[in-house]
Amino acid sequence: MALLLKNGRVVDPVAGIDEVADIIIRDGVIVEIGKDLSIPKGETLDVSEKVVLPGLVDAHTHLREPGREDEESVASGTAAAAHGGFTAVCAMPNTSPICDTGSKVRFIVERAAEEGIVRVYPIGAVTKGQDGAALAEIGDMLSEGAVAFSDDGRGVQSAGVARIAMDYLKAFDAPLIAHCEDESLVGHGVVNEGVVSTRLGMPGWPAAAEETMVARDIRLSELTGCRLHLAHLSTAGSIALVREAKARGVRVTCEVTPHHLFLDEDVLIGYDTNLKMNPPLRTAGDRAALVGGLLDGTVDCIATDHAPHAAHEKELEFELAPFGTTGLETALSLVNTHLVATEKLAWADVARLMCHGPRAALGLPGVSLAAGQVADITIVDPEARVEVTREWFVSKSRNSAFLGSKLLGKASEVLVGGYFALKNGKVVAR
Amino acid sequence: MLSCKHIMTVSDMTAEDITTILDTAESFMEVNERRIKKLPTLRGRTVVNLFLEPSTRTRMSFEIAAKRLSADGVNFTASSSATVKGESLRDTAKTLSAMACDLVVIRHKYAGAPQMLLDCMDAHIVNGGDGVNEHPTQALLDLFTMRRSLGKLEGLRVGIVGDICHSRVAGSLVPALRMMGATPIVIGPPTLMPARPDVLGAEVMYSLDEALPTLDVAYMLRVQFERADAMPIPSNREYAKLYGMNGKRLAGAKPEMIVMHPGPMNRGVEISSDVADSPRSVVLDQVNAGVAVRMAVMYLLLGGESGGTAA
Repeated sequence: MALLLKNGRVVDPVAGIDEVADIIIRDGVIVEIGKDLSIPKGETLDVSEKVVLPGLVDAHTHLREPGREDEESVASGTAAAAHGGFTAVCAMPNTSPICDTGSKVRFIVERAAEEGIVRVYPIGAVTKGQDGAALAEIGDMLSEGAVAFSDDGRGVQSAGVARIAMDYLKAFDAPLIAHCEDESLVGHGVVNEGVVSTRLGMPGWPAAAEETMVARDIRLSELTGCRLHLAHLSTAGSIALVREAKARGVRVTCEVTPHHLFLDEDVLIGYDTNLKMNPPLRTAGDRAALVGGLLDGTVDCIATDHAPHAAHEKELEFELAPFGTTGLETALSLVNTHLVATEKLAWADVARLMCHGPRAALGLPGVSLAAGQVADITIVDPEARVEVTREWFVSKSRNSAFLGSKLLGKASEVLVGGYFALKNGKVVAR
Repeated sequence: MLSCKHIMTVSDMTAEDITTILDTAESFMEVNERRIKKLPTLRGRTVVNLFLEPSTRTRMSFEIAAKRLSADGVNFTASSSATVKGESLRDTAKTLSAMACDLVVIRHKYAGAPQMLLDCMDAHIVNGGDGVNEHPTQALLDLFTMRRSLGKLEGLRVGIVGDICHSRVAGSLVPALRMMGATPIVIGPPTLMPARPDVLGAEVMYSLDEALPTLDVAYMLRVQFERADAMPIPSNREYAKLYGMNGKRLAGAKPEMIVMHPGPMNRGVEISSDVADSPRSVVLDQVNAGVAVRMAVMYLLLGGESGGTAA
C-alpha cells in the first residue's frame, strides 16, 4: 500500500526542511521526499496549500478510562486527538482506579491497541493512589510501557516524598511530570487570587502556590539529577524560574496549555464553569509571559491538559464544579489563529512545540519528515474555518473553554504509521 | 420603576435605582408602624424564598416583607428541599419556574448562584446573599439606615471593620457606598482583607484607632472564622483589643458617629455590650429598615407589571 502526498508545504526543523514537496509513504514508512514524485499504483492525495508537519503529540491528556467512560474513553479521546491533529497522546494516570501499577498500565496499552485511533503513551502515578505518601511501582510500570510519572491533578505535597521519587526515577532516566500546587497555599481557591477573586467573591488560588513548588522541584531536580517536566505552567514567575534554571543547565522542561496562552482571568466575569481550570486562568501579564516563554525557547511544549467532564457535573455552582476544559480538538486551531496567522510563530515552531518538544521532554519515540522515518504525520489546512460549537466536537464531553469561538486552521489529515486516523477533516474509524 | 429586572449584585442597579428604592422604603416604613401592616399591592404574585444556606433573620425579613405586600410567600429551605436528595440548583430553578413563580430570593453558600438561575427561569431574581460575594439588600438597608440617621449619604466616611474577605456584606456595601458618593474604608488585619481591596474602590487601613476619628459610621462585621482555611487571628481576645468597638474606643470617635452591625452580633468580640445597647448603636434600626427596603425591592420589581396594584 503506497500513498503519495502531493505538493504540500513540508515543514520539519529536525529534518531541516521547509519547502513544497511530495512525500511517498509505503508500508507505514516515509520512503522518499522530493519534487515531482509519482507512484506506479496506490493513492495520491493532493495537499497543495496545506502544511505537512511531523506527527503532533499531546503531552497531557486525560482519557478518563478506566472509570469515567461516560466522560471520555480511550476510543473517544483518541478520536478527539485525531480530530485535533494529534498522532499520539500521553494519558494521565488520575483515572478510577488510578493507574499506579504495571497491570493498570498494561490495560491502557491493550485498550489503545484495540480501540485507539492514535497512539497512546501511558503515564504512571508517582505515588500509590496518588496520595503523595509512598512510591508506586515505577519500575513495573515502565516495563509495561509507561513513559513518565506524575501525580497530576495534585502536587506531591511533601518535599521529602518528591525527593525520594526523583531519586528513584533517576535510575530509569524517566521524567517526573510535576503538577505544581501547594495545597496549603491554595486552600479552597478556585480562581486566580487577585482582581477577579476579589470582584467575584471567590476563594483565590495565588500564583505563589504554583511558583513555590516550581522552585522546590527545580532544586530537587538539581539535587537528584532527575529529569523534571513541569506541567501546565500558568504564571510569569514560573516561566522566569524555568528560564533561570535552564540557563544553569538544570534538566528541566515545561509545558503551557492553550487556555493559559489564549485566555486570562478577565473572561471569568460570568461564573462560566467551563473557564474553571487548575491552575486557574491568570492575568494578562502572565499570559504575555507564557507567550514570551514560547518565543524564547523557555517553554518546550504546548500541551492541552484535555480534561473532559460530564455536563451535569460542570453545570454546578462555580466552586463545586470540577476543574478543567477539553483541549485536544481546539489546540492546533488556536495556535494557528493566535500565533501562526499573526506571525508570532512559524510552522517550524509549531513542529518544535507540539511534536519534537514534548517527545524530547518525555522521551517518546521521535518522528521526522525524512526517508526511513515512521509515517506519523499531521496535515494542516491553515485556511480552514472552524466554528467551535457543542456539536462540532468528537470528544464525549463538551466542556470547552472556547465554545463559541471562530478559529482559523484545522488538521485535515492525520497519519499514524501510514494509516489515516483523520481524512478530509473526518475521523477514520478503525 | 427600576432599570434592572434582577438584583443579583449592587452593580445591577444605578444610583437612581438605589435612591428610588430608599425613597420607596420610606413610605413603607410608615406602613410598618400601622396596626394593620398590610397592603394589597402584590396580591396574587408568588415570591419564593430559596434559602439553600441556613439563615433566620434574612429569610424572616423577606418573608415578612412579602406578606405585608399580600404576595404569596413560599419558603424553600435547604433542610426541606430536594437539594439534599442531590438535585442540582439548575433543576431546582427549573422546577420553581415550572410552578410559575414571580420572584425568587436566593440565599446560597456559593458565589454566583443567582446568576446560575438566569437561564433557568423567567422570574425576577433577588440575591439574598451568595457565598462571600454579595448581599445587595443588606447594603440597601444599611444605606437606608445611614441616610435616616445622618441625613445624607454623600460625603460620609464609612469604616467597615473586620473580616472583609469573608463578608458578603462588605462585598455589596463597598460598591453601594461608592455609587452614592460616600467613602468606604475597610479596616482590619491584612489576613482578613481580600487579595485586591483596591479594585473594590475602598481605602484600606490596618489600624482602627487611626481611622476612627474621621469616621461617620463604624460598621462592625461579624467575625466568622469557621469560614477560613487557617486561623487568621491569634485569638478573639486580641481581635477585640485591636478591632472591637467598646465604650473606651467610642469616646475617641466623632460624637455623631453611629455604630452598625449586620447581625448576629458576637458580643465581647467585634462589639461590646455597652456599645451594642447604647443609643449610638443603630443595629435594630437596620433590622427594622430591612423589612421596608425588601418591600420596596419586591414592589419595584413586581409592582410595575400587569397584575400589580399600586400601593
